[in-house]
This record gives sequence, C-alpha cells and structure tokens, in this order.
Amino acid sequence: MHVDKNKISAWMRRSAVAGALVAGLLPALALAEREYNLQTPVTPIASEIFDLHTYIMWICVVIFIGVFGVMFYSIFAHRKSKGHQAAQFHENTLVEIIWTVIPFLILVFMAFPATRTILSMKDASAPDMTIKVTGYQWKWGYDYLDEGFGILSNLKTPYSQIHNQEPKSEHYLLEVDQPLVVPAGKKVRVLITANDVIHSWWVPAFGVKQDAIPGYVRDSWFRAETPGIYRGQCAELCGKEHAFMPVVVEVKSAADYTQWVAAQKAKTAAPAEDPNKVWDVKELVARGEKVYLSNCAACHQPTGKGVPGSFPALDGSPIAKGPKAAHIATVSNGVVRDGKPTAMVGFKGTLSPVDLAAVITYERNSWGNKTGDAVQPSEVSAGKS
Amino acid sequence: MSSISHDHAAHGTAIPHGHADHGHDDHAHHPTGIMRWITTTNHKDIGTLYLWFSFIMFLSGGVLALTIRTELFHPGLQIVDPEFFNSLTTLHGLVMIFGAIMPAAVGFANWQVPLMIGAPDMAFARMNNWSFWLLPFAAALLIGSFFAPGGAPSGGWTLYPPLSVQFGMGMDMTIFAVHIMGASSIMGSINIVTTILNMRAPGMTLMKMPLFVWTWLITAYLLIAVMPVLAGAVTMLLTDRHFGTSFFNAAGGGDPVMFQHIFWFFGHPEVYIMILPSFGIVSAIIPTFSRKPLFGYASMVYATASIAILSFIVWAHHMFAVGMPAAGQLFFMYATMLIAVPTGVKVFNWVSTMWRGSLSFETPMLFAIGFIFLFTMGGFTGLVLAIAPVDIQLQDTYYVVAHFHYVLVAGSLFAFFGGIYYWLPKWCGRMYSETLGKVHFWASFIFFNITFFPMHFLGLAGMPRRVPDYATQFTDWNEVASIGAFGFGLSQLIFLYAVVQAIRSGEPAPARPWDGADTLEWTLPSPLPYHTFETPPTVA
Repeated sequence: MHVDKNKISAWMRRSAVAGALVAGLLPALALAEREYNLQTPVTPIASEIFDLHTYIMWICVVIFIGVFGVMFYSIFAHRKSKGHQAAQFHENTLVEIIWTVIPFLILVFMAFPATRTILSMKDASAPDMTIKVTGYQWKWGYDYLDEGFGILSNLKTPYSQIHNQEPKSEHYLLEVDQPLVVPAGKKVRVLITANDVIHSWWVPAFGVKQDAIPGYVRDSWFRAETPGIYRGQCAELCGKEHAFMPVVVEVKSAADYTQWVAAQKAKTAAPAEDPNKVWDVKELVARGEKVYLSNCAACHQPTGKGVPGSFPALDGSPIAKGPKAAHIATVSNGVVRDGKPTAMVGFKGTLSPVDLAAVITYERNSWGNKTGDAVQPSEVSAGKS
Repeated sequence: MSSISHDHAAHGTAIPHGHADHGHDDHAHHPTGIMRWITTTNHKDIGTLYLWFSFIMFLSGGVLALTIRTELFHPGLQIVDPEFFNSLTTLHGLVMIFGAIMPAAVGFANWQVPLMIGAPDMAFARMNNWSFWLLPFAAALLIGSFFAPGGAPSGGWTLYPPLSVQFGMGMDMTIFAVHIMGASSIMGSINIVTTILNMRAPGMTLMKMPLFVWTWLITAYLLIAVMPVLAGAVTMLLTDRHFGTSFFNAAGGGDPVMFQHIFWFFGHPEVYIMILPSFGIVSAIIPTFSRKPLFGYASMVYATASIAILSFIVWAHHMFAVGMPAAGQLFFMYATMLIAVPTGVKVFNWVSTMWRGSLSFETPMLFAIGFIFLFTMGGFTGLVLAIAPVDIQLQDTYYVVAHFHYVLVAGSLFAFFGGIYYWLPKWCGRMYSETLGKVHFWASFIFFNITFFPMHFLGLAGMPRRVPDYATQFTDWNEVASIGAFGFGLSQLIFLYAVVQAIRSGEPAPARPWDGADTLEWTLPSPLPYHTFETPPTVA
C-alpha cells in the first residue's frame, strides 16, 4: 500500500495542535467545575435534607421511567402507520381507583421523613449560643448577643472585578470583609430580622434559609460539625445589590473560636479611636475613600456620578458642596421623601463617627468637589441627636 | 383568521352547505377594515384579537428574556445595571403571565367554547369586546413603566413590600395595569360561565361537554374568585405608597408578610388558571390523533375540579422560608403534595388514551405529547419543592425558575402551539405546512430543554434567582442556558412564519382534516362561517 509520508506528518501535526489545545483547556474545564447537586452538607439538618432530596428524586425517576416507558412503547407499537387498529375502551373505574390510591400511598411514604425533618428544623431550643442576624440593603449585621459585640459583613469583591476590568477571584461574589464566626459542634441559634426590606439569610452547606423581615424576628439554628468557611447568598430580592450581599460563615474549632471572641471584645472595649481627635483632611480623605467604595459606590458610583434617574450624583452635588451640617445630616440620617424611606438609608447606625467624618470629607474633596473642608468625628457626633 | 364568507346556519349535521345557499345571509353589514376589529362582538374575531395580542406580548416578553440571558451569559456585569436587570425580570414575568399566557387562553376560549357547545356566540357579546380592548391599554401602561422616572418596577413579578413601596411611578402604572387586566379577566370569566351554563345545545349535558369546555368552566370560576384578591393586594400597596397607610409597614403597625399571604392566595390558583385550559387542549388533541376516545372522561372532570379546589389551600408553599410555625409548614406541605394525585390521574388518563390507539404524529400531536412529557417533569420538580425541608434549600434559586418554566412553557405554551396547529385549519380553512410545524416543534423542544434543564443543576448548586451576576462556579450552565434561550427564541419565528404562510397561502383544508376528531366544530365547514350554530344542533 502506498503510504504518503507527507499526509501522515500533516495529520500528526494537526493532532498535536488539537491535543495541545485540549490539554490547554483541561485546567480551565476543571476550574470551571460543573455542579449537579446540593452542596456537601456540614450540619445534621443539611444531611437530612440532602438524603430527603435524593430519596424523593429517585422515586420520581422510577415513576417517570415507568409512565413514559409505557407512553414511548405505545408511540412505537401503536402507530397507525404500522397498521395498528385503535381499540375503543375508554374507562375503567377500578384502574382509576388504583392509580389514585397508589400515588397517595407513595406520597405518605415521602411525607414521613419530611415531617421528621421539619420538626427538627423548627426545634431551636437549648442552643449553646445565640446570634442576631440583621439584613440591610446591602450587607449583613451579626450581633453576638451573649458576648456584647457586633460586626458588619460587606461584600469584599472589588468593583473592578464585577465590571470585568480585572480577572475574577476564586470566591468572586462570595467573599466578605468580616464573616460570621461560630464554633464547630455547638448549637447556634440565629435570630433573623431586617432593617429595611425583606432579605433572606441562606447557607446551603448548613441547610439554613430564613427570610429576614423588617418588624419580625424569626429564628433558625444549626450545628456545624466541621471547621471551614461556608458561603451562601441573600435569597430574597432586596433591590439593586441583591446579588452582592453574600453570607460567609467561618466555623472555627472551639479553642480558636474562644480566642477570636476575646480579640473582638478587646477591639470593642477599648475605643479604637478618640472621637475628639482632630484629623488632617488628607488622612480623612484617604480613609473616606475606602469607606466610600465599600458603602456608597454601589449606588453613587466610584466616579461620584450616580445613576441618572435613580441615584443622584455626588460630584457637583449642592449637598456635598454646600453647608456641612446638611451633608452630615443626609449621610447620618438618610433621606425620607413624602414620609417614606428612600433607598438612601442613614449610616449613623452602621458607621463609626470617624468613618462618617472620613466619607463625608472624601465626598467634599473629590472628583470636581473642592471644598477643602475637613469634617471631624466630633462634628458628626454633635449632629447625631 | 376568521372567514368573511357568509353564514349558513349549520343544522347539526356533518354536511357543510355550499356557497350557493345565501338564504340566511342577513349579516352582511358588519363593518370592514379597522372598525370591524374595534367594534366586533363576534367570538371568532375576538378570539383572533386575543391570540394576536398574546403573540405580540409573547415576543416582547421574549426580548426581555433574551436580554436577561445575554447579561447572564458570563459572570460580571456586561450590558445592563442591576436595577434595570431587576426591572427586566419583573416585566418578563408580568408580560408573559398577564400578556401572553392568560390572553392566549382566553383567545382559545372565545374561538372554541361556543363552537364546542353548539352556541352561536358568547352570552355577553359586547362585554366580550370590552374585555379584549382593555388589554392593549393595560399593556401600554405596563410596558410604558420602563419609561417612567425611576423605571419599571424591579421587585420581581411578585412585587413584595417593603421593597415595592420604594419604587417610583412605574410601580403605580403597573398597579393600574394589573387592575385593568384583572377587570378584563373577571368580565371574560363571567361571560364564559354564563355561556357554558346557559347556552349549551339541547342534549349536551355537562358530562357530555368536551373536556376543554370543562377546564375553561373551572378556570373561569378560579379567576372570579382570585382576581379580586390580587386587586386588593395591589391596592393596599398603592395606599401604602401614597396615602399614608401601613398595611405592609411594620413600623406603622402593619405586616409585610400579610402581602405575601394575600398575593399567593391569588398566586397559587393563578398558576392553575394558566394550566387548566392547556389540559383541555391536550385532552382534545390526544384522542383525535389516537383515534380513540379520551380515557376516563368522568375522572378527568373530577381530577380537574379537585386540582382547582386544592389550589385554594396550598398558597403558603411559596412562603416556606418566611418562618411559619411547624404546623403551618406541615399543613401546606401535605396539601401541596396532595395535588400530585389528581394531576397524576390526568397524566395516566392521557397515556391510557394513547395506549392501543392508532397513533399518528402530526404537529398538534407532537406538541401534545411534548406537553405530557415535559409538563410531568415540571410536576415532579414541583413535588420536590413541595417537600418543605428540601424547599428551604431550593426556594429563591434557579431550581424554582426551572420548575415553573417547565410547567408554563413546556406546559401551557406547548399546548397552545398544539391548539393553534390543530384548529387553524378549521378557523381559516387552510392547512399549515407540516414540515414547518415539525421543524418548529423539534427546534422548540430541543432548545427549551437546553435552556431550562441545566437550571435544575444551578439551583441545587446554590445559585439564587433574580441576580444579574453570579459566582464563577455557575458559569458553565449559565452559558448553556443562554445559548438555548437564543435558540428557543429564534424558533418562535418559525411559528410566526408557519402561521402567516398558512393563512395566506396554505392548502385549502377540508371540514375534517383530522379523521379522529369528533367534537362539534368539525361538523362545520372550514373555514368557519362568520356566524355558526345560529340554530343549535341537537346532540345525541
């Protein structure tokens, strides 16, 4: 047989290129893991839910194969084109009864384990600790009621990644500045509420989801068995940044948790900053830029230009360039229009006087605003009554 | 779509009269041109208006969906900002539910209910006209909300307060549109109930009516019961927004969760309102193409009625994460699971109709079989969601989005497509191209599944819904879904072409193009005369 060496080497070259491409893509394929099922459970309740779902799903698959096996057999065997003549039967009471009762019994079998799990999920008694979770537009607040301190948990993913200016990090949209920290193996009761609109606190690995509703305090509980970091998201549409307020829980060993609590208490016990200290305008602006990017840029944009029709521009704003008192009042207390709250909430409950002073100073001295004003923390506290 | 050729009162026999007989031709003076369509009181014309309106809204809602899927093709924000994205999801839902599915179902009712019971028209022919013409105004308000200051509402089609109290004028336009559409539905339903209960031909007892008429009778009762409830809910939103009330504002002594109860008391029956007429269409098509009577007619009637009654006691399964006590979770879980029983009965009855029939697979049958297959999948995911502990993980995720698109698109919409291909030859006297119909079916079926099946995985894996951006591990399935969505959307242009081509230049259709069809409309000529059954037929 005549063998064309040129053709073979061309083929080999093409295969080599194809092989290289596939090999090059493989890491990308591996990184972009495809997910098919619920996340690995880390609490007993999440395990029960995982198993319940598996059980129900397989029952449905079996019924599905049964019913559609019959239908497809019929499509194949009872075709007019094959000459099949139609039978004319059209009712059978016994059969109707059978296929009413049997599905009913199957449902009863499903309902038993589901009932057990519901009753477990609702039993938040005798917790080892209690944490209050508050949903805000658009962050979570965690108050350690037994320990006397609270933290705020903001999305940490930078704007530049969201807007495709930088490559996305591994935990894109699922990372925060301060996660909720809990000890492993302890029953943690969470009391969930909201400050403004309905949110929902959800950690898939825990099997916990509870709507955070203003005016309500509703509880849930979990016992995380394994130390690690577990990530969830807000699960009730709450406005513009609904996709950008993740829930991150760090489960520490009991010893590490005790250390962490002590460190937090030390931080809050000693006032981190002297509220009467007089700050330099440059220090305020530098600090204020960080505060602005975490808390304000989502609506007012890093450029300060806002979104016309929805969120006003701060660059050139009469409030940012006008008297300090009005600017302080707006940022501290928020904006109410026609007696109704607007999307501009007050920040005096969530930012310290120093952070408030810093961000206001930043707004007064950035972009096209050049007031030269420094707003001191003491001025913010004074206005705060 | 309807014929302008003149009337021959059909006398209940199978022999259509020829054009030569103009003895009863005294209705030659209805207006022509645009005034015909504005002033018509003819159920065929009004059915046509509803169907074309719903198709236009379907394409509009589809454009909104394709914009959503374009943004979701990759993580990161590419083409829209989050607030506008939320408006897109909100309006996509409102337009599809209130602009596409519900009016299409009413379009089928208008065309088919009088014909199938041997009545000359609907009971209240002028109110019928008004019921339709309210809708374009409502649609203009709804879509116009995009252009209001502050944009269209962006709280999801469910419009939960307190979030919906924050929106601008677009929300008020939407509330007004909902009121108008609700009034249209209520009037239409009153018409349908009165027609069915009072105008059946002699000999047509209730238990001899075609199942499509039964499903619409029951749907009409559901509409009358629940549309006023929705009206109440959105009116309370309106007064909370503008007139100082605190129905849903905790700080004023009100309760945000109360809105959810009231809304879903409407919302759950609403989803059965959207599926029951489709059950009826499928129950007309399957026996025809199996050449065998519908199996278990009485069971089918009882099952439909059971589904409707049960639909009133399951609403809080949309609220399993709200924090109701265990007794509430248990009750609503058990009641929701129960609905699987009559629904299963219907599926078994359809399959039994096909069993040992003499099957052929023209386009209407393909859509009906596709319905049974895919709607049942949606029914199973509904059962999974009914299990409250599992729902805790899946509530507000893409699993729910997958579930309701399976039942509404592969369910309701596929049945509507089947119904159009089935009845178009009767309505306008021309056959559609079977090749185009089959291409439309297969393209829709394949792309539908490519779009929505992966969403089950996304929901299980933890992707929330109503988000313009997502964590990177969800990328692959989102890419697949977006590609499928574009395929599905483009496939609907095949349908448009097929219908227009049929109407303008399809092969003339015989009175009975489907040899297995046996309801009253097939005893009349194709195309149907403008007025039919002016003398009622006698039903054996």
